[in-house]
Amino acid sequence: MNKKFLIPLGLFAALVIFLAVGLTRDPREIPSPLVGKPAPDFSLPMLVGDKPFSPSDMKGKVWLFNVWATWCVACREEHPLLVEFSKQSRTPVVGLSYKEIQAQDQPNGPLKEAEKLQLARERSLRFLQRQGDPYTLSVLDLDGSVGINYGVYGVPETYLIDRQGVIRYKRVGPLTPQILQDTLLPLIQTLEAS
Amino acid sequence: MKWILLCWMLLSPWVSAGEAQPMAEDPQVEARLVVIAEELRCMVCQNESLSSSHAELAEDLRREVRKLIRENKTDAEIKTYLVERYGDFVLYRPQVKPLTWPLWFGPFFILLLAVWGLWRYLRLRKNALQAQTPLHHEQAADAVAKD
Repeated sequence: MNKKFLIPLGLFAALVIFLAVGLTRDPREIPSPLVGKPAPDFSLPMLVGDKPFSPSDMKGKVWLFNVWATWCVACREEHPLLVEFSKQSRTPVVGLSYKEIQAQDQPNGPLKEAEKLQLARERSLRFLQRQGDPYTLSVLDLDGSVGINYGVYGVPETYLIDRQGVIRYKRVGPLTPQILQDTLLPLIQTLEAS
Repeated sequence: MKWILLCWMLLSPWVSAGEAQPMAEDPQVEARLVVIAEELRCMVCQNESLSSSHAELAEDLRREVRKLIRENKTDAEIKTYLVERYGDFVLYRPQVKPLTWPLWFGPFFILLLAVWGLWRYLRLRKNALQAQTPLHHEQAADAVAKD
């Protein structure tokens, strides 16, 4: 007759459901405010050659912007997938080498900018020669300031940028075959068709 | 012996204070940085504030905030700068906007609901008590006698 005892039980069940859903979510996945906004402009030295690169050079193309570094373990995990992607797809992939030279690389005090640039180039090129180079071109962000403008907080990160230079998708952490198949490739197709 | 120990104990914080590194050139900038950075979340160690985190990104962001302070940006402008890049999540104190209304006003709504529930319950109880006819003196006496 008296079903009042069901009320706390119901409340408890609701709480359990909320907590259970909370457990399945990744706290590192934070919606980026940059999605839907123009990709921040910059001008950075390229890995090869003396000319600087700027995102406006890619206007009219749908392209991937992948933030990486040779010291980043998760990037190594992701690397074969990117190499595979670059072989199968004609979508350009631009690499951003993020803070390649870390504090531990400079035990005798900070290196000069030119020295840093040279060391970063040597290390990155060696890595790409060994592991394969998925990048149409790579740029070097030594002090991480471009990274800040793109809201980078956990390498690797990948951005999909459309023909108008607007960021359409951002992934924090390594790409997986599943994300590539289910999210990225369909999105690239729609963007390239438009 | 006691005195030596006491002297040593009294002196030791002073001695170590002399070894501490000055944080930065400009104490005013540093003071403002601490106030602002306390309110900002480090994206790498998510439960640490930007002022207390040792993560490298936190260091970079502190450097960035210092730069903005020197450019005489207001606190609001500096926070907007970071929100534009990292999202609302960098703020420990969420902004009041439609998306965060349940967060800000939800508890008050639940409180109102509880007050309404209490009021209803009390009214029902009062009505129920009034509906009961009080016992006459003799009946009451009988009831007591039966016990």
